[in-house]
Amino acid sequence: MSTPTTPAFSCPVPVSRHEHVLLGHGGGGQMTQLLLEQIFLPAFSNAALDARHDGAALLIGGLRLAFSTDSYVVKPMFFPGGNIGTLAVNGTVNDLAMCGARPQFLSTGFIIEEGLPIETLRQVVASMQLAAAAAGVQLVTGDTKVVDRGKGDGLYVNTAGIGIIEAANPIAPSSVRSGDVILLSGDIGRHGMAVMAAREGLAFESEIESDCAPVAAPVLNLIEAGLDVHCLRDLTRGGLASALVEIAETSRLHLGIEDALIAVREDVRGACEILGLDPLYVANEGRFVVFVPEAEAELALEVLSAHAVSANAMAIGRVTQDPRGLVTLKSLIGVTRIVDRLSGEQLPRIC
Amino acid sequence: MKFIDEYRDGNAARQYADAVRRIITRPWTLMEVCGGQTHAIVKFGIDELLPKEVTLVHGPGCPVCVTPLEQIDKALLVSSWPGVIFTSFGDMLRVPGSHTDLLTKKAGGADVRIVYSPLDALKIARDNPGKQVVFFAVGFETTAPANAMAVFQAAQEGLENFSILVSHVLVPPAMEAILGAKGNLVQGFLAAGHVCTVMGYTEYEPLAAKYQVPIVVTGFEPLDILQGVYMAVKQLEEGRHEVENQYARAVRRDGNLPAQHVIKEVFEVVPRKWRGVGEIPHSGLGLREAYRNFDAEIRFGLGDMHVDEPPECLSGLVMQGRLKPNECPAFGSMCTPEHPLGATMVSSEGACAAYYRYRRIAVEQDSVRS
Repeated sequence: MSTPTTPAFSCPVPVSRHEHVLLGHGGGGQMTQLLLEQIFLPAFSNAALDARHDGAALLIGGLRLAFSTDSYVVKPMFFPGGNIGTLAVNGTVNDLAMCGARPQFLSTGFIIEEGLPIETLRQVVASMQLAAAAAGVQLVTGDTKVVDRGKGDGLYVNTAGIGIIEAANPIAPSSVRSGDVILLSGDIGRHGMAVMAAREGLAFESEIESDCAPVAAPVLNLIEAGLDVHCLRDLTRGGLASALVEIAETSRLHLGIEDALIAVREDVRGACEILGLDPLYVANEGRFVVFVPEAEAELALEVLSAHAVSANAMAIGRVTQDPRGLVTLKSLIGVTRIVDRLSGEQLPRIC
Repeated sequence: MKFIDEYRDGNAARQYADAVRRIITRPWTLMEVCGGQTHAIVKFGIDELLPKEVTLVHGPGCPVCVTPLEQIDKALLVSSWPGVIFTSFGDMLRVPGSHTDLLTKKAGGADVRIVYSPLDALKIARDNPGKQVVFFAVGFETTAPANAMAVFQAAQEGLENFSILVSHVLVPPAMEAILGAKGNLVQGFLAAGHVCTVMGYTEYEPLAAKYQVPIVVTGFEPLDILQGVYMAVKQLEEGRHEVENQYARAVRRDGNLPAQHVIKEVFEVVPRKWRGVGEIPHSGLGLREAYRNFDAEIRFGLGDMHVDEPPECLSGLVMQGRLKPNECPAFGSMCTPEHPLGATMVSSEGACAAYYRYRRIAVEQDSVRS
């Protein structure tokens, strides 16, 4: 095959052809990447931000802290396996865990649309409290705004959180080394398909429930066990593929994974097949990848499998030098191909 | 997963590829007609397993790719009308018209909605009597029955605020256009399995006889495609040119008769322009006289529109099997999924997009087997 063209680095596309923000800019793919690279990063550039991890690692008065924030606009607010509140707590807790930190305190902001039933708000807040208790964090400060009817989808929630970093070495894409093994904490694609089914009223044979859950406990166990964790990443928007592509690009290493080793539950695969979606790109809210040296992979899997949330963790591939900056996947029939970032959002296909 | 895993088995795939290797004595060029098959071939790397004598070229069967620019411009125009809710399958939204796309229109305030079935669009029309609901009816014979049913039901209910913008195309006339063209390279076809679930395969029998090409009705999983290739190569090697059915678990010779009936009730065969290819006689479906008041082109006076394709885009050649996507000078440089010159770079089923996604850079075949 006579292909080789360099990927987007050498020939940056202009702030694409778009003069306005499209939904695809929030999809976690190439368009989101363009917003980051062309608008946010140049404006705010600093060492903590430029590390481009799930949260910032900060040194304050000799204490190593992780700091992270996320906003939640999920529609519908309630879906099988969770709601916007559980998502808001677990999402930020998990981002902190991905920095190797023990989550401690969260803030929360509510943007409420006029007319939202108080009972709905009560339910969301109650689930947030339950999720916070389960994750061992406290919600210590907050803010409330109400916007005109029609100006918000009922309720948007923001959370930010801080935690104390317990890992001795920096956990970041730049710490990934050739020879590392890539561990995946469980099956993928459930959250995205659960929300899509609930939002679009799609009826599948069985109800798919979100995997939304806190993952700090298994992560902290890895660190307590003395394992040299090089990188962690939760597989939210953009799914497993987008997370790995970003790590490959930042580390300038090659991540090779095998399709046959990646678990996707049967009902999730069925739903993806029907809609023409690739589970590799579907969002998760309780799944993460771990990069550890090969010699420690077995022990890491043992630690992970002791927790319900990561009971089915598997090694799915390894890191090598070349081809630099790329993710490749060995297909079920044994042929290797590139795994790329999606352009915008995954759109269901015609037939 | 039942009916999926069995057809993705690596050992069986290699056995099929070996079987092709054993019977092949000379080079053959086969075209897979459907974009879904192209996507599977590139995603799973099926062509990499096959002996080098087999060349797979990618056909015109991506509904998004062949919808002509003027139909997209009409969709963009009607989506901006006040009081219009424009509904479409998801992957049409990103396809660029002359100046913009439906996603950008949506960001600019147009009420553009993704639906999963034309019957969902019908429901939106029932729920919004004060609005005009337009559905973008694109695709091959596969989507035609549901689209016809939506119009049929709207007529039964006397629903006056529902219409469709039709850009339906038919597979056999496109195959004939490819076979009849000067310099045609295609020696055998893997016909589109899903189209045949609806239409059966009697239409292909005269084509196979006239042009002396084997046509194998083929499914979409790796083993389906490998078996389809095996059957086509076997025919070529034996000097036969018949229509055979690899996808027997889904396709019968006569197809789905009730589905064909509703298509015939609502649609008639018309000439249709194919993006990148040009007009092909008898290659599309249009609404019959009795249903013409559901035609969005008439309702909104969209009339005749002629738009030229960007000259750099060679997607027409790609869709006729004359050019591999990565042989196009614009591939990966002027033309990327973020800045597509043609629809073949946009749709998930487009050959150019599949190559860009999975083969932008040649990958050493042993890199993950360390």
